Amino acid sequence: MKASQQYAGIPKWVLAIAIIGALFVMLPLVAMVVRVNWAEFIPLITSQSSIDALLLSLRTSSIATLLCIIVGVPMALVLARTSFPGQRILRSLVLLPLVLPPVVGGIALLYTFGRQGLLKAPMDFLGIQIAFSTTAVILAQTFVALPFLVLSLEGALRTVGTRYEAIGATLGAGPTTVLRRITLPLVLPALISGAVLSFARALGEFGATLTFAGSLQGVTRTLPLEIYLQRETDPDAAVALSLVLIAVAIIVVGLANQIGSNSRLYGERIS
Amino acid sequence: MSTDTARRWVQSLAALVIAAAVVTGAAACSSSSGTTESAGNAPTASATTAPTGTIVVFAAASLKSTFTALGTQFQAANPGTTLTFNFAGSSDLVTQLTGGAPADVFASADTATMGKLTTANLVSGTPVNFATNVLEIATPPGNPANVKSFQDLGNASIKTVICAPAVPCGAATATVETATGVTIPAVSQESSVTDVLGKVSSGEADAGLVYVTDVKGAGTTVTGVPFPESSQAVNTYPIATVSGAKNVPLAQAFIDYVTGTDGQAILATAGFGKP
Repeated sequence: MKASQQYAGIPKWVLAIAIIGALFVMLPLVAMVVRVNWAEFIPLITSQSSIDALLLSLRTSSIATLLCIIVGVPMALVLARTSFPGQRILRSLVLLPLVLPPVVGGIALLYTFGRQGLLKAPMDFLGIQIAFSTTAVILAQTFVALPFLVLSLEGALRTVGTRYEAIGATLGAGPTTVLRRITLPLVLPALISGAVLSFARALGEFGATLTFAGSLQGVTRTLPLEIYLQRETDPDAAVALSLVLIAVAIIVVGLANQIGSNSRLYGERIS
Repeated sequence: MSTDTARRWVQSLAALVIAAAVVTGAAACSSSSGTTESAGNAPTASATTAPTGTIVVFAAASLKSTFTALGTQFQAANPGTTLTFNFAGSSDLVTQLTGGAPADVFASADTATMGKLTTANLVSGTPVNFATNVLEIATPPGNPANVKSFQDLGNASIKTVICAPAVPCGAATATVETATGVTIPAVSQESSVTDVLGKVSSGEADAGLVYVTDVKGAGTTVTGVPFPESSQAVNTYPIATVSGAKNVPLAQAFIDYVTGTDGQAILATAGFGKP
């Protein structure tokens, strides 16, 4: 059966509003593509500072996404599968970076991990200096991207329920085996889409990085910061780089969706 | 299975749109920081009476506190006039003006940026220089790293934050570096003076290079260390009437006020030098 033969029960006015909404998002992108100086496009995006910024962005965003998965999966599990006093408040606090202006996030990170921050004593003791380093960029990106992963994974965990997990446990599987063999495969599509959103957010991160990490070519100046700086002198370069940023995001999201749909088939097979 | 196919397709599309929006949204949030208000219907004043009405003044971010004070005095001295300010980085303002933003007066933090507006045929008449500014070292309160001279900034153990060469304060920094032969191993090259000051006042950096007026405006949050080599890079602030200004007489009156005795006194108090 083809999808087109399905009952498409959408009123026409819903479709009309949806198209307006889609145009609202798409038109600015089109406007930017129109503005690109194509004759100079390749030289503009292959300058040393641009390449440094792109590579730095890809590197830090990947590590930040990995960190989001490592700490975000346990966080989502605890929020979805356990109940304890104050859990609602904890969830709201964990999701706070979603609504916080990134600059505020950067200031908060500065007051935590900065040279004069809350963790000054232990960090001095260990000889760790985070300010103005690539580590600071990764921390800022992880801070703003983490809620995206936790949110999408927690929702999926609640939706799939605990039926299969309970059956697995009655058949003698320990908690870790249940987690590894049942829970995680079930929510793998959500995990992947959550990770993709986190990556996209980390890639676009600007305010927290600028406030917390500074801006130095090859060390802390990620693609959004490079765009911000180029805009001062060379708007053509800024537009060209913006297009690169969008292209990278589209490629990553496209690839991840491909993986996601494959793993979803796998998920359907085991369920 | 076919509903799944359709749903998957929709989900993919939705994810693409969200990701693109997240990425572009984050980059776009920085594109326009200034607020602009339209000049409204400014009554045209006759040549003989004192100019009245409303003008919009686009001014460099470093002029914010000074021009705000100056504007209040001007309005008190000239009843019936209203000044609306839009403060942002000079380059941002030029971008806004070439994009068609309505303004009567433009005050730039450097002559190069004013030059861009002149090239765009948006300056009426000749710009007048009304102030100068030089660099000063800003340190956290009490100068914990004991920075004494410009030469000290060449020491890698002193964490120094400067402006990127692409922005005016960074260009001035590069000029002083060339003149003195001191290369600063900066830990960060920021896009604006505000970002440099933020890193210094929070104690993240040991020193930062900003303008004299920035150190003065930051009050007790930073300690200033003037250095004689700053005279190698003197930044000149020009002001001009924007072509297409709705209220030329009032625009000219304001420029006269800024370059006159009262305006110059306020600018001097803020630490600006004579042009």
